[in-house]
Amino acid sequence: MNTQTDSSFSVVHPIDHLMRADRLPHILCAGCGIGTVIHSYVHAINEFGVDEDRHVCVSGIGCSGRAAGYVNVDSYHTTHGRALPFALGIAVYNPELTVTVISGDGDLMAIGGNHFIHAARRNANLNVICINNFNYGMTGGQVGPTTPVGAKGTTAPQGSVEHPFNLPHLAKAAGASFVARWTVLHVRQFTDAVLRAMNKKGFCFIEVLAPCPTSFGRRNNLGEGLDEVEMYRQRCRIENGAQDLEPLDIDIVDHEQTITVGNFVDIERAAFLA
Amino acid sequence: MKSDDDITQRRPMDMPLARVPVGDVHVIAERCKECGYCIEYCPTQVLVYTKEMNTKGYHYPIVAEGKETSCVHCKYCDLICPELAIYTTSSDDDRDSDG
Ligand SMILES: Cc1ncc(C[n+]2csc(CCOP(=O)(O)OP(=O)(O)O)c2C)c(N)n1
Ligand code: SF4
Ligand SMILES: [Mg+2]
Repeated sequence: MNTQTDSSFSVVHPIDHLMRADRLPHILCAGCGIGTVIHSYVHAINEFGVDEDRHVCVSGIGCSGRAAGYVNVDSYHTTHGRALPFALGIAVYNPELTVTVISGDGDLMAIGGNHFIHAARRNANLNVICINNFNYGMTGGQVGPTTPVGAKGTTAPQGSVEHPFNLPHLAKAAGASFVARWTVLHVRQFTDAVLRAMNKKGFCFIEVLAPCPTSFGRRNNLGEGLDEVEMYRQRCRIENGAQDLEPLDIDIVDHEQTITVGNFVDIERAAFLA
Repeated sequence: MKSDDDITQRRPMDMPLARVPVGDVHVIAERCKECGYCIEYCPTQVLVYTKEMNTKGYHYPIVAEGKETSCVHCKYCDLICPELAIYTTSSDDDRDSDG
């Protein structure tokens, strides 16, 4: 057992060379799942074994959008909703690069939703990791395009009345080549999915469920981050290769409902200018 | 329905050859925010919270008394940690499968 209590060391964790370690600890809340997603992404870069200079990370705005600011590869923190068109420009200009977008459900699917469907339709050579915490965490918990019906947010104190998107179904319908859904509990499967995306040309989409205990969990009786992750353990069912994605809606606040996770789609289709 | 005895009697033929890895746990206490993921999901329940706090006021994980050689170096605590505050290294001291 070795406990490092001196924070003056800048490289202490074996993966720190792929992080901007001088910025750690990061600003994300205790129990927030976004840190695990960032960790898995740099782990995948390490496993990928290709020169890290060939990796580019692009984020939009939000707590999830902070990802680009913590990874030690070329990274861009773009305006709200515009991570995808920005990343598309990079990928088209230099097809040798492995461009990964890491952003939130609000950034990618609300303000950026139009970019999302068209990047998938064109089969742009991008890896897109959507951190779904079912709300706009950074701005205090407004409901967004993945908030389940009945879930509470600052803009829906009586519960949301809007139907949410089912993201894997949307991505598949729009034309994505690779589609997966995992949670931060499934770190190994999620990291493997990111690696598969890095090895594949075309539009690769991975939804990852992550607790936002501060803005969403607290209002919806989901408890701390650990309680929500334990709920993933109890409710998730793995169905790799699932054909019909339409029934895979998630109602995170309904504790009885199963959550289906897995690598769902993996097809070959000509990638856009790649 | 099989009884537990039936199940435990079926052992892999190469069981005596299997080596169980042993890991050393390293904690970067100042990064920890006490989310509890490592403590909850360690398959051999190696970790407990400290009584002391780090400078931000969080109780970080340490190896429980009597569990000094129980880490199997599966790296799950490392991978799930949102803070990059814990990792394990191989202790080069693997034990055989009978413990
Ligand atoms: C053009 C514009 N509109 C609105 C905002 C306010 N805003 C900041 S973050 C955010 C939502 C982020 O939600 P999400 O992408 O789900 O990220 P999370 O914080 O949940 O990780 C909004 C609406 C903004 N920054 N810019
Ligand atoms: S508000 Fe939510 S999403 Fe943002 S850092 Fe805190 S827990 Fe994470
Ligand atoms: Mg969100």
